[in-house]
Amino acid sequence: MAEFRMPSLGADMEAGKLVEWLVKPGDRVKRGDIVAVVETQKGAIEIEIFETGRIEQILVGLNTEVPVGTPLARIQTELEATAGTAAAAPPPSAPAVPIAAPPSMPAPVAPSPPPPSPPAPPPPPVAPAAARARVSPAARRLAGLHAIDLATVTGSGPAGAIVYADVERRLGAPVAQAEKKRAPGLDLDAMRTAIAAAMARSKREIPHYYLEHQVDVTASEQWLARINAARPPDGRLLIGALMIRSVALAARRFPTFNGFYRDGKFEPSRAVHVGVAIAIRGGGLAAPALHDADQVPLDELMARMRDLVQRTRSGRIRSSEISDPTITVTSLGERGVETLYGIIYPPQVAIAGFGRVVTRPWVVDGAIGPRSVVSITLSADHRVSDGHAGALFLAEIGRLLQEPDKL
Amino acid sequence: MNDSDIRKVIKEELNNIAPEVDLAAIDPAADLREALDIDSMDFLNFVTAIHHRLGVDIPELDYPKLITLDGAAAYLAAHLGPARK
Repeated sequence: MAEFRMPSLGADMEAGKLVEWLVKPGDRVKRGDIVAVVETQKGAIEIEIFETGRIEQILVGLNTEVPVGTPLARIQTELEATAGTAAAAPPPSAPAVPIAAPPSMPAPVAPSPPPPSPPAPPPPPVAPAAARARVSPAARRLAGLHAIDLATVTGSGPAGAIVYADVERRLGAPVAQAEKKRAPGLDLDAMRTAIAAAMARSKREIPHYYLEHQVDVTASEQWLARINAARPPDGRLLIGALMIRSVALAARRFPTFNGFYRDGKFEPSRAVHVGVAIAIRGGGLAAPALHDADQVPLDELMARMRDLVQRTRSGRIRSSEISDPTITVTSLGERGVETLYGIIYPPQVAIAGFGRVVTRPWVVDGAIGPRSVVSITLSADHRVSDGHAGALFLAEIGRLLQEPDKL
Repeated sequence: MNDSDIRKVIKEELNNIAPEVDLAAIDPAADLREALDIDSMDFLNFVTAIHHRLGVDIPELDYPKLITLDGAAAYLAAHLGPARK
C-alpha cells in the first residue's frame, strides 16, 4: 500500500488546499497521471501521482487545507495487487518526507511533520462526475465565493470546461468589477508573499556572483526569419526557444550550474529541467520547468513552451513542473531593459538572464555594422562554482546561439 | 465580413489573451503590445488564433502592420479577399 501525499511544491510551501479530485476509489492510475488539483500560493497546481496502481481510499475531502506531507489517498500498487496482499494492508507509519515525491524534487527546508494518518476516516464525500469537468481556477474561485455547486454549472469552454463566465451566468448577476479585474484564478497577494519568502531566503543564504556577456544574435534572428517565413503561425519559433535550448545544452556540458544545493552540499542533476520565468498578468511570477530541455528537438521545445506559458497564465501548472527545475532562465526581453540579473530560486544554483535584443554598432570581420545584440547574464551560487566556470558557461551559451541550425 | 465583424473577432481573440483588459477603452491607434502588456508569445498566439478563425496567414514580416487595432482591422480586411467580404 502506498500513500499519496500533499507534495511540497517548492521550499516555501507549507500547506495546500485540495480543491479537486480527478479520481475516485477503484480508479486505476499510472505514474504521471494528474489525480488532483491543489490550490497554493502559486495558484492552482495539478498534482501528478508517482505510483501505478488502484486508488484504494480518498483520505482528504474537497476544500480542505492540509500541511505538506499529509496523506491524501491510499493506493494499492501494482506489485501488491499481483501479490494479493493489498486490501488488508495497514497504512505504513508516516515518514517525514513525502514519499509520493519525485526523487529530484527539492525537499522542503523544514517540513512540518505530517500529522499521523487519521484513524480509519469515513470516506469523504466526493462528487466524481462534477469533479471531472474541467474548471478554470477563476471559475472555481468565483463558485467557491458564492457557494455554487459546480455540478450545477454548464461549461462553455473547450471540451465543456467551466469558465468564469459560466459561473457568472449561473449567479445571474454580474460580479463586482474588483473581482473581475484580478488575474484569473490566482491570488496575486499570496503569490507575492511566496515570491518574497523565496527571494529573501535566496539573498540570505546564497552567495551570488554575477556575470554579463554580450552576444551577437544576428545569425539566430536571420535563421528564425527564414524558418518562420515558410511556416504557418502555429509552427513558428520564438527566439526565446533558442535561448532556453542554448542554456539547456550549456547546462548539460557544465553540470556545476545544474542541480540543487541541499543539506550543505551540491547535488548536480543529470536531467536538465529548465525553469522558465513566466510573468503572470497582473503582477505575479512563476518559473515552471520545461522537462529535459536538452533532449527534445527545438520544435517540440517551442510547442511545450507555448503550452507551459498558456497553462501558467491560466493557473494550470503541474506539480512536477513547479517542483523540479534544475536551472532557471529569465527574460524581460521585449520591452524595457537591456540587462537583468536574476535572483537564484533555491535550492537551484544558477539563473541565466536575457535582456532585450537591440541593434548595435558591432565589429564583424574588422568592419563596423549594425548587428542584433543581446546581453546574457549569469547569477550563480559561489558555494558551488566561481566566476571562471561561470564565464565559460556564458561563453558556451553565446557560442551555441551563433549556430542556431544546430540547436 | 465588414469592418465591425473583423473588429469583433480581433477583440474576442485579444480578450482571450488579456481577459482583464477593457478593450472598449483601448485607443484603436495604440500599440497593443503596450496597451495590453502582451509579449511575443501572446502576439504569436493572437496571430495563430486569427489564422485559424479567418484563414488569413500573417507572415512575420507583416506583424508590425497589426500592432494597433486599426492596423489589424485594415490588414485583415485587405487579406480576407473579396469572396469572404
